Amino acid sequence: MGDYFVLIISCILINNILLAQYLGNCPFLGTSKKMETAIGMGMAVIFVLVMAGALTWIANKFILIKYDLVFLQTIVFILLIAALVQFVEMFLKKSIPALYAGLGIFLPLITTNCAVMGVCLINIKEEYTFVESLVSSFAYAAGFSLALILFAGVRERILLARVPKPLLDTSIGLITAGLLSLTFFAFKGMV
Amino acid sequence: MIEAVLVMMFIGAACGILLSVASKVFYVWEDPRISEVEYYTAGANCGGCGYAGCSAAAAAVVAGKAAPSVCIVGGPESAQKIAAVMGVSAGSAEALRSMNSCSGGFRAADKYFYDGAQTCAALANLHGGRRVCSVGCLGMGDCIRSCKFDAIHMGSEGYPVVDEAKCVGCGACERACPKNILTVRTMSQRLLHFNELDDALAPCQQTCPAEINIPQYIDQIRKGDYAGAVNTIRERNPLLLTCGRVCPHPCENYCRRGIEDEPVSINQLKRFVADWEMNSGRRLPTPCAPDTGRKVAVVGGGPAGVSCAYFLRRLGHNVTIFEAMPKLGGITRYGIPEYRLPDEVLDWEIQGILDLGIEARLNQRLGRDFTLKSLRDEGYEAIFLGIGAWKDLAIGVPGEDQKGCWKGIEFLSQVAGSPDKKIPIGKRCAVVGGGNSAIDCVRTLKRLGAEEVWIVYRRTRKEMPANEVEIVAAEHEGIQFQFLAAPKRVVADAQGRVVGLEYLKMELGEPDASGRRRPVPVEGSETILAVDMVISAIGQQPDQACLNQETKEDRPAITRWNTYDNDPELLQTSLPYLFTAGDAATGPSLVVDAIGGGRRAARSIHQFLTGQPVQTSQMSLRKKHIAESLFKTVPGVVKKARTPMPELHVAERITSMIEVDQVISEKDAAYESNRCLNCCRICYNPDKRVNVA
Repeated sequence: MGDYFVLIISCILINNILLAQYLGNCPFLGTSKKMETAIGMGMAVIFVLVMAGALTWIANKFILIKYDLVFLQTIVFILLIAALVQFVEMFLKKSIPALYAGLGIFLPLITTNCAVMGVCLINIKEEYTFVESLVSSFAYAAGFSLALILFAGVRERILLARVPKPLLDTSIGLITAGLLSLTFFAFKGMV
Repeated sequence: MIEAVLVMMFIGAACGILLSVASKVFYVWEDPRISEVEYYTAGANCGGCGYAGCSAAAAAVVAGKAAPSVCIVGGPESAQKIAAVMGVSAGSAEALRSMNSCSGGFRAADKYFYDGAQTCAALANLHGGRRVCSVGCLGMGDCIRSCKFDAIHMGSEGYPVVDEAKCVGCGACERACPKNILTVRTMSQRLLHFNELDDALAPCQQTCPAEINIPQYIDQIRKGDYAGAVNTIRERNPLLLTCGRVCPHPCENYCRRGIEDEPVSINQLKRFVADWEMNSGRRLPTPCAPDTGRKVAVVGGGPAGVSCAYFLRRLGHNVTIFEAMPKLGGITRYGIPEYRLPDEVLDWEIQGILDLGIEARLNQRLGRDFTLKSLRDEGYEAIFLGIGAWKDLAIGVPGEDQKGCWKGIEFLSQVAGSPDKKIPIGKRCAVVGGGNSAIDCVRTLKRLGAEEVWIVYRRTRKEMPANEVEIVAAEHEGIQFQFLAAPKRVVADAQGRVVGLEYLKMELGEPDASGRRRPVPVEGSETILAVDMVISAIGQQPDQACLNQETKEDRPAITRWNTYDNDPELLQTSLPYLFTAGDAATGPSLVVDAIGGGRRAARSIHQFLTGQPVQTSQMSLRKKHIAESLFKTVPGVVKKARTPMPELHVAERITSMIEVDQVISEKDAAYESNRCLNCCRICYNPDKRVNVA
């Protein structure tokens, strides 16, 4: 049980996918202008990443390793994640329209999200068990949402600051992201 | 190697099959027209239309929320093809237009100074902006940056100005504006909007029963845009020629300049632009929404009925007016004398309204020629009842039915209805009452050649309910006033002809419920005023005899004042399909009240016809004032005399029915419009001295 706790803490804070591993920066900058969008995106990432983590783990174990085709990992994972997102989109539209209305516009964005791909690859690299990779996928996604929501909050406040003209908007966003990242570096000492 | 290819093919095929099965299993029916419409959009997913991609825009078109011209990249060709798919003509859906409702946010005082916040969104987060005004424009230009069409620019006075020619109505500015200043609305939505608590409203606009955007039209006059001013007024009041002449302008009582100086002559400015349009000989085009094909009957062609018909027509409904008299206009034609509102002017105004496509059936009286039931059988889905208040109240004294005794409206309508505006009258006439009808009667009598005309009123001049200007005009014309006199009986000779009016002298006692001092009779003070004609003009009520033919289910509830019992916000009677406004609902009141009521009823009827719940906004302001907008002082105002009303000389006017009040000159209109402080809600900054000095 303690191992899982350490795993969760390290995935959310220490190895935060956005601020420590620098994956998924496009949605980090693109959907962080408004808190509302950031929350929507965060939820969609949690939703998709848990499923993608499970699916890619299964594909890796029962197809790639079994037939000794690990070199196909990247291309197979891309295919699977894309298909999965499409499938989930269709499923939600039919079965859970309310959830679709909330997450709908974010789902296609995740198809090409490197954070999702990265977490799937990390799961394999770290040789997690199925349950571990589920937990790590969830925790990475939660870390992603945490960082995104924190960042969106900061950006909403930045509007009130005296920002020099040349640094407005994305420039000050990147500087803020850098500072946030430095802050997260402090967690390195925890474990 | 082969193994790898096979595995990839297998996975690919598995995914493909799974997705195709899923697309069947999880298929959600979509209108096939959506994909057809999408085919004709540019497919660029540019978002310029304001929707999230072309398919979302296509869905909006099919749902009727967007016009066929939605695709701004595709242009007119795409609009025509999409219109063909939808089976409509390309221009038929109403265009959305962005409007800026704040015109002076920069003149409200500052609450704080901080130059860090550089967007409106940021300022809105800091105590709602740095101006004292809670509803006005923040002026940082978020809307300008949001506009993909370059249709908004920062005006010289620091608030955004929309270029209507470039605006496509995408709604981006409305979403960007944190203050609801820029609103993207169709014409119908604008016509259906009533003053609300969080609107940017100057005190005059809050007061006007028709809710005309007064600061805007005065500003347009100042800039020389007379056509724009006419259109601004027409969004709220179709009878601008009439109101420009007869309205007692309650708005001017709340004019902020009036606190320190004489109020702006708002109504003369209205009359100036209205007359400008009429004298130009060319009617400005009035757009109407696409036809809905729904039929509405308007019973009564007075100001309330004409106003209701006008707004319903502009909302796209089919309206028929049923009028009992030979001509439309109601009390404005048959109650207001020719010298205040010439028939020629009224005819021109009403013709313009009928030209929108309204049918008028004249000489059709409710209860005689048709009933509410017969109208419904004819296919009218909703009925507006604006029959006015034409039944004169009797004084209740003996001798009132002698030859030579008249009732106010009866007399005025006889004069108005006769071709040369002349009927035989007495030599010495007395009119009982102190309201506008009484004044209309005496001034008419004077013009018809009466030698001596008296007003007999039981209180004093101070308590007279008539408009001050009317009383003054009557005094100038040599009308004699017998105040503090209550009629006791009408004296007649042996042939039954009136020879005098006996009255009792009164004195003022304690104030009554209306706040006016109650007249108390002085015992034994009976006096006879020698007259040969007596007109009683002491008030009117709606004549409810017209409903005698109706069955019990088709009879609306009536109040104890004989008016229709309706919901004052919605104007719906106890019968869901029946709406009412004007004097028939309120008792005798102002023309402008009837016009505002007509539009209010039109909104309810529109909701009723389109299957929406008949309702109003929670924020409705209706006749109330926003407390923060009423100032006690307006520092910095330098007095500038109000433009006087040009009028005919007394000697000239009392011999004819020629219009007494004349229109002001263009130069005076420019001067008067520059007296307007251009207030909106609370913004007023003496330091800027805009129009102040």
